[in-house]
Amino acid sequence: MGSDTPCWNREAEFMEGARLRALQSERLRECVKRVYEKVPHYRRKLAAAGVKPADIQGLDDIGRLPFTSKDDLRDTYPFGMFAVPMEEIVRIHASSGTTGKSTVVGYTRADVAMWAEVMARTLGAGGTHSADFVQNSYGYGLFTGGLGAHYGAELIGAKVIPTSGGQTKRQIQIMQDFGTTVLCCTPSYALVIGEEGKEMGVEFAKLPLRVGFFGAEPWSDSMRGEIEAALHCHALDIYGLSEIIGPGVGFECLEKSGLHINEDHFYPEVINPGTGEPAPDGELGELVFTAFTKEALPLLRYRTRDISRVIPEQCACGRTVRRIERVTGRTDDMLIIRGVNVFPSQIEEILMRVEGTTPNYVLIVDRKPRGLDELEVQVEVSEQVFSDEMSKLETLAGRVRTEIDSTLGLRVAVRLVEPKSIERSAGKAKRVVDRRDLGR
Amino acid sequence: MTAIQISVFLENKSGRLAEVLRALAGAGVNIRALSLAETIDYGVLRLIVDKPHEARKALGDAGFTVSETEVIAVEMPDRPGGLAGIVDLVTEKGLNIEYLYAFVGRRGENAIVVFRIDEVAAALAALQGGGVRILSADELAAI
Repeated sequence: MGSDTPCWNREAEFMEGARLRALQSERLRECVKRVYEKVPHYRRKLAAAGVKPADIQGLDDIGRLPFTSKDDLRDTYPFGMFAVPMEEIVRIHASSGTTGKSTVVGYTRADVAMWAEVMARTLGAGGTHSADFVQNSYGYGLFTGGLGAHYGAELIGAKVIPTSGGQTKRQIQIMQDFGTTVLCCTPSYALVIGEEGKEMGVEFAKLPLRVGFFGAEPWSDSMRGEIEAALHCHALDIYGLSEIIGPGVGFECLEKSGLHINEDHFYPEVINPGTGEPAPDGELGELVFTAFTKEALPLLRYRTRDISRVIPEQCACGRTVRRIERVTGRTDDMLIIRGVNVFPSQIEEILMRVEGTTPNYVLIVDRKPRGLDELEVQVEVSEQVFSDEMSKLETLAGRVRTEIDSTLGLRVAVRLVEPKSIERSAGKAKRVVDRRDLGR
Repeated sequence: MTAIQISVFLENKSGRLAEVLRALAGAGVNIRALSLAETIDYGVLRLIVDKPHEARKALGDAGFTVSETEVIAVEMPDRPGGLAGIVDLVTEKGLNIEYLYAFVGRRGENAIVVFRIDEVAAALAALQGGGVRILSADELAAI
């Protein structure tokens, strides 16, 4: 493709290697100095690591910096890591944390503009331009997906249709009537649209839909094939997490061979999750990002818990920014169900609240053929909660369901099972069974 | 004057009922009556047996979730309207029957009904007031 590959910001995305590294070094230096001055939590962390801002001259020194994790955000909940006064914050998003408290992120006006820029690159890499009709079916709300894609498409000058999630028939009607050319949603929802549209007799091949940007959920190349066959459009993967910015951290170009990182803003490292040492070039490890240009919530070496690798070779599209492979797993037990982050510990808390004790339980994740991801919570019925009256057992299951829905915003199925029916490995219960086909 | 019912939680999968019955047979427990209530995923098996404590232990050892429930067993005339008359006695007092099941025993003309009612004392009074004969746990075991 080379010079004719579609792109939004040629200068940033095709920046010559040495210049990019110099820019990153400068941004890192400035960022370390800033968080040291403005964020007491970082000042303490740096002091504990024996690092002074003057020690960090550039990228070569990044390994001396301590990691940041979700725990840091939880310990300083909600706004303790913000590096600017609250007057400068114009937006707050949140995602679920491992227990109870959510992970809160803030944005200044400049952060929102930078986010729009990196999302414009994301959408631009798939050829989105100002004449496009962008149907944005990511959920609008605390979740970063909806507003992230929205601002990026608006920056490009496209016509944004903010449908948000759900009401699939109406989505499809709009798609036909307005002439949607670009679709943004989770990959499993793309399949739902395809399936429901087929039932409605819609011929996607005759619609102007050209490209879709699918993320917020793990998926695979075989699923890409299914989506492309069903919707007759390019299906591109996008990557992001709210702590770093939201969607817009990484994006696929039309080569569909890995996700380019917007590394002038988010510097990627891959580490061995056990030792914290850098993983050898091109090998799998945990993704770590330094968000050095963010004003409200700059983060040093944030551990994403996502497993991937950097692809050493340059992409055929000609972009110089590096690529990572599709995220292939997690170093922790976090599940992503329909865009909602779920930790088994959260379910455990809810069961504790409802039953008064922690029962044995297992989470079964499944993706129905051409359907959304489903979470089934299997709970062993102990003698404490067992009743000879069915209505009481049904009430119990119902309360667990309602509590999970109201706490996590996720509808799940609750199934009561016999004790010891849950598989144990080496005495320890296996908490998660993921039956989704996420093979790469 | 109440009897003990053994309640067992059962998942709806093949072979589980047979395992319950095997465990009881192994402990020399004889089943007098049983009833099974079910949903799509699971069921509750309710048993009247000759040796409730042995039954509970055997099922617990076999890994089942078991509870003992206090129920009322009465004799009723084995003829049309027999059960209706007995249910009326209880509901007239405003008592709520959670569930009941009946079986025809070997005691001549009469059938036996097992009631699960939250207000046990009030239900016993209502039944006895209506001249219904309540079976003791021993009598039930000896059927």
